[in-house]
Amino acid sequence: MKKYIIPSLRLTGVLMVLLCVIYPLAIAYAGKFTPGEGSGEKVTKNGKVVGYALIGQSFTKPEYFWGRPSAVGYNAAGSGGSNKGPSNADYLKDVSGRIDTLLKYHPYLKKSDIPADMVTASGSGLDPNISEAGAIMQIKRVAAYRKLDERVVAEAVVKNTEGPLFGLFGPSRVNVLKLNVALDELKK
Amino acid sequence: MNTELLGIIATYGLTLLIGIPLGIYLAKMFAGEKVWTDFLKPLEKGIYKLSGINPEESMNWKQHMKALLTINLVWLVYGFFALIYQDKLPLNPDGNLGQSPDLAFNSIISFVVNCNLQHYSGESGATYFTQHFVFMFLQFVSAATGIAAAVVLFKAFRDKTTTSLGNFWVFFTRSITRLLLPLSVVVAIILAFNGTTTSYEGKDKYISLQGDTVNVSRGPAAGFVAIKHLGTNGGGWFGVNSTHPIENPNYLTNMTEAISQVIIPVAMIFAFGYFIRRKKMAWVIFGIMTLGMMLLLVPTVISETGGSPAIAKMGISQATGAMEGKEVRFGPTATAYWSTVTTIISTGSINSMHDSAMPLTGMYQLIAMMMNCFYGGCGVGILNYFIFIIIAVFISGLMVGRTPEFLGHKVEAREVKIASIIALLHPFIILVGTALAAYTITYFPDAGWAVKPASWLNNPGFHGFSEMLYENTSAAANNGSGFEGLGDNNIFWNVVTGFVLILGRFLPIIGPVAIAGLLASKKYIPESAGTLKTDTLTFGIMTFVVIVIIAALAFFPALTLGPVAEYFTLIK
Repeated sequence: MKKYIIPSLRLTGVLMVLLCVIYPLAIAYAGKFTPGEGSGEKVTKNGKVVGYALIGQSFTKPEYFWGRPSAVGYNAAGSGGSNKGPSNADYLKDVSGRIDTLLKYHPYLKKSDIPADMVTASGSGLDPNISEAGAIMQIKRVAAYRKLDERVVAEAVVKNTEGPLFGLFGPSRVNVLKLNVALDELKK
Repeated sequence: MNTELLGIIATYGLTLLIGIPLGIYLAKMFAGEKVWTDFLKPLEKGIYKLSGINPEESMNWKQHMKALLTINLVWLVYGFFALIYQDKLPLNPDGNLGQSPDLAFNSIISFVVNCNLQHYSGESGATYFTQHFVFMFLQFVSAATGIAAAVVLFKAFRDKTTTSLGNFWVFFTRSITRLLLPLSVVVAIILAFNGTTTSYEGKDKYISLQGDTVNVSRGPAAGFVAIKHLGTNGGGWFGVNSTHPIENPNYLTNMTEAISQVIIPVAMIFAFGYFIRRKKMAWVIFGIMTLGMMLLLVPTVISETGGSPAIAKMGISQATGAMEGKEVRFGPTATAYWSTVTTIISTGSINSMHDSAMPLTGMYQLIAMMMNCFYGGCGVGILNYFIFIIIAVFISGLMVGRTPEFLGHKVEAREVKIASIIALLHPFIILVGTALAAYTITYFPDAGWAVKPASWLNNPGFHGFSEMLYENTSAAANNGSGFEGLGDNNIFWNVVTGFVLILGRFLPIIGPVAIAGLLASKKYIPESAGTLKTDTLTFGIMTFVVIVIIAALAFFPALTLGPVAEYFTLIK
């Protein structure tokens, strides 16, 4: 073992320079040329930063589209899911309560109009997206509170829906923050 | 066909398109033949020179293992102290504290053994210094350790009779310079251009649209996420790993990360076959491993896209599947795909909360880790599979009444003993660990640890048992994913899984390499009509049966108490 200890120590040191200094600094340099310059792409409203494109926010006011339930209350200093198992009785009670709340604010909905993503907590607690169905079911409410034509709101939803990758792979989704910013900017 | 299904088919297709040629490249590169990356030779020469290594020195299997264990020991000691004193070291913009000794013990073992169990959260439990100089460093070198060990085994079967199996430092260094580092650069840049952060600015603060003040964790994650997948490590920059929108911003990055964790394990199969000049053998092993993967993948996709039966009863729409603990941008199908590949391979990164998956999905995840050889981790996947080959050779030999042989070398009592011990070690440490946890929770619910045993479980009943079983299985398989509801940052889990981790790593590396070294030193017997051929489909199926029977006998009772029981309560 003695024979190997010196090369082990020296190799560790040499590789640290390569892997922990040169490699990350090279990536950080490349990151400067990305849209958010490596610090995360920000979303602005009237020139003021109101959040990050990738990080979901808590929306509770009725004139906004709402995002998904979050186990960490959209606190982006950390992250986390509920980690509730599918047979957990307390958890099922929570889901059932969320359905009732949604029905209260959207009396025009049938239960089968509500998609699962609107009543289940996301994995990260920071999910910036909701499904298309999740946005469509809220159109009527948002339009009413904003005193806008439903068609205008529906148009904003369509504009902020991202389709599958290359039109082929994966689900479509709506970025809640961008949609709400678009509506706010529409108003003036 | 729906776009979600098409997405995973494309992901797997691309994996093979990259993985198979990569394997052929690796065979040539490790054999020292001419390859296009030879321009890196001066860099390697520089590394050897600075480290005082003679790359020409040939080692036998024992010397290989001594070198491997020595350097791993260096990392263990260094990393332990770095984590404890991280608050006093530089690069700590968020002012995070040092880790407690039991947490540091667990964290360092878990990263040295390529597992990345992570009983801490990256946002608060590590500094930029330890993220780089401990965690990311170990993600590179632990993967390279596994690959180098596998190459030693390859070398043993390339020549007829030999004891000189190449140089460990060379295999190890080349795994980094010719494979892990260049691929990491590519993957990191793809991630960066899709939104994963790369800069060293700490937390940011902003006022949200509704007027709430929000802090957001950031940091140079792109390089870390790249090697965490390529090296089948799985440890995340953020607490929720690749579920976090910064670690995995969109469907394209999700595909990239899912592909990058599978290509090296697939490549190692072909590297083996081409290195020992038996291409057919590579295809048979690949076929059997793929069969095993598909048998887990298809039911997982069905179980997740079918949605939760309990939520279906409430009358809402589960058009694409179950959504608890999942992200909209990936959808249930790609999430199911990810959960299968991350558990058959020892990555253990997650893009959803496994704790909230359907009961049967949880069972498939557990089975994947219990078998731990369908593709498997970087290098160690093929080593695990090799153990089952030896057992299959032995059983087949008994069945046809001949002396068992593998590639022209007699397999005798000593080799079979080693193989059996390694094959049984895995269920042993999983079940003992779980039993110990179940005993503690029953008889010492109020023990005064950081998390009292009574509050360990996040879910009652059968699912709670699954949480403990999953934690031990993940540790033994060096996987690193978890049913994260488990309150695991306390002295019991940190110490118990620490030992499970270390046993589950080094013995399954030493065992196969020892067998290979012993076999290679034996007299070569040329193939004859009476030789049991090990590169046929029949033999492949024999190996598969051995794997399934060992797992079924060992784990069926435990699975019945956890996910199976939960499944039946849910559909009743």
